[in-house]
Amino acid sequence: MTAQESAPLVTLTDAARHFGPVRALDGVSLSVFPGDCIGLVGHNGAGKSTLVNLVNGGLPPSSGEVRFDLGETALDAGVRSVFQELSLCPNLTVAENLRISHMELKGFGWRRTARAEIAETLDMVFPDHGITSDAEVDTLSIAQRQMVEIAIGFAPRGQSARLVILDEPTSSLDAGIADQLLQHIKRFCLGGGSVIFISHMLGEIFDVANRIIVLKDGKIVAEKPTADFTRQGLVDAMGHVATETAEAERTGTFGAEVVRTDQGLAARQGEVVGLSGLAGHGQAAALAKLYLSQSSSWRAGRSPQVAFVAGDRQSDGILPLWSILRNMTVSILPKDARFGLVDRQAEQKVAEDWKTRIGIRTDDITNPLLSLSGGNQQKVLFARALASPAPIVIMDDPMRGVDVGTKQDVYAMIRTEAAAGRTFLWYSTETEEVCQCDRVFVFRNGEISAELTGAEITEEKILEASFEMQEAS
Amino acid sequence: MTFLARHRIVLPVVSLAVLLAATFYMQPRAMSYFGLNLLFNLAVPIALATIAQMMIIMVNDIDLSLGAFVSLTACVTATFLQDAPLIGALIMLSLILSYAALGALIHAFDLPAIVVTLGMSFVWGGLALFILPSPGGSSPEWLRALMTVKPPFAPMAVVAAIIIALVTHLLIMRSGIGTVLRGVGGNARSVGRAGWSLIRLKALAYGLAGLFGVLAGMTLVGLTTAADANIAMRYTLLSIAGVILGGGEFIGGKVSPTGAVIGALTLTLAASFLSFMRLSSDWQIGAQGAILILVLTARLIFRQGGRT
Repeated sequence: MTAQESAPLVTLTDAARHFGPVRALDGVSLSVFPGDCIGLVGHNGAGKSTLVNLVNGGLPPSSGEVRFDLGETALDAGVRSVFQELSLCPNLTVAENLRISHMELKGFGWRRTARAEIAETLDMVFPDHGITSDAEVDTLSIAQRQMVEIAIGFAPRGQSARLVILDEPTSSLDAGIADQLLQHIKRFCLGGGSVIFISHMLGEIFDVANRIIVLKDGKIVAEKPTADFTRQGLVDAMGHVATETAEAERTGTFGAEVVRTDQGLAARQGEVVGLSGLAGHGQAAALAKLYLSQSSSWRAGRSPQVAFVAGDRQSDGILPLWSILRNMTVSILPKDARFGLVDRQAEQKVAEDWKTRIGIRTDDITNPLLSLSGGNQQKVLFARALASPAPIVIMDDPMRGVDVGTKQDVYAMIRTEAAAGRTFLWYSTETEEVCQCDRVFVFRNGEISAELTGAEITEEKILEASFEMQEAS
Repeated sequence: MTFLARHRIVLPVVSLAVLLAATFYMQPRAMSYFGLNLLFNLAVPIALATIAQMMIIMVNDIDLSLGAFVSLTACVTATFLQDAPLIGALIMLSLILSYAALGALIHAFDLPAIVVTLGMSFVWGGLALFILPSPGGSSPEWLRALMTVKPPFAPMAVVAAIIIALVTHLLIMRSGIGTVLRGVGGNARSVGRAGWSLIRLKALAYGLAGLFGVLAGMTLVGLTTAADANIAMRYTLLSIAGVILGGGEFIGGKVSPTGAVIGALTLTLAASFLSFMRLSSDWQIGAQGAILILVLTARLIFRQGGRT
């Protein structure tokens, strides 16, 4: 802790970042000192990525201040980031990728320098890595790419790295290599470098961090030396203090099991099954796989088994040029069609019916879809799925960017439909929504890490299962 | 990863060699200094146009105006550059700059390059007609001399192709800025995050395309000695085919300048080969397309073989 005496590398003073009405980061003050290794934890949407983007200069703060001790920009101050999603150029070689982030590397013979620099850094961080610096990145495995990316983060690049931000760096590394990285982080911090370390593996955080910061709803809710935290205390700090007790009207009587996958995902008739866990841990993939296995890409059929509600409206939900009516009925056209021709009257009737049942706010359902607000567009997508006779409805984070009023309408709708015998599989990034389900599967690293039912479904339990509790080996 | 998947240059080279062998078999007299020059003469402007197209494909865009642009630069070469060299040079410079500006515009407003360049093809075509309403003009003497030079050992067309391949290889594959430009095609976000100005890089890529488009128009006039507003219209598709034949891909910044030049040579040779086969010219375009499909299928099969 002697390093604390020197001046901080980066200082955030009451920094906030808003995206429209959403307060992604709501006034955070933080100083990073040389030699610091800060563990950053928080649930989905707690503001981790936004905080990282403020520190590395990727986003300017909406209010407040971000100050660096050297120079004006994060780049000048020697702040580097290694992102969770791979951000190398796959068409370039390892050495060429270093060139992209090392602007001073030019002139005749830059290639030799780049090769030497990346090889040296790789040797230092991951001994016996087995990566040649002339290999094209897309010939490397995911783990090797992640290693290259980390190495580029720590590489000198003309000025030496001073603060390296690692966002889930070990997600695609195996235990042995992850351990090499943790050892390197410790060495790096002893030598006066700083690290901000984000991970869902709490064991790793306890292993390397000297200070842990807990983010919740865009605010820092706890900041203490690692020694003052216990694992349980950390999980508790991440959760909401006042959890509203989930609605008690869980019926508890369900029909036969209608879904069971190899992964262990299961659902019974009339059940609302939630999928939870940190975003990007395989929930969407599991749902997509389930949907594709239950439906044929050739025959639409008059009686589909499953219907799908997309969360990413723009890319896989709406048909932006069509009317509200057509967007709603596209799933049921074959049902009423005669000789392959659309039965316009039946179509109209169904659409009017669902407009009133789900409460879409429009005078005329032949208006273009884009005349609706985002929440109402999402309702149209719900209507599309619910209007089909499919007994199973799959929902991939459908409430993204939907206002509270709409959410309440849709919750009620789902409950009624479930009571009528439909089965729902519902992936949501919002724990509050998942807590309304009858059964919850928590995903971690593409696998189910916990199955919770009834009274077990609490935010604490979900958080516990989302984060790796064991020691990092 | 098979050998072929790793060395994407192998397949274009093999295609060219096979086609060349077939041509020599059909017409042994082509196997001479003079014969080779005749076979590959028109490949020089096509190779330059292919390199221009490659610059655009490198940054994940596509240029549908290249044929019209090369026609325009050919018309400028045959008129202004011949009569008033200084004004001609200035026009060429402003054309290159307008290409760069187009790249910046496409990036700044996130426009689809395919639409913008399609629109620009009418602008270039109109300007070409304005400059040269009926076929004519004449080639500047020095240009004519340059294109008919007879170097020792190998004919001009072959030497020029090698020089073009060498220079663009150094520029795109070896130099630092070329690497960054390919990086834009591979992962623009990470290049931007590293502190590069994407708009400048895009403008640079388009500017380079403009430069090579101008060179293509000039060499074309050097060979044909006259120009016409529609002289190079088919270059748009030929150049795209050349890039792809040469091992490039439409997205992902995977391009090969050497391959592009070889692709252009292959396409030129395919036309001659079909003439040697005494194929009626009605069928030639179709047959050229068939050759293209054949080569691309071969590549796809090898690529997939390497994946599984």
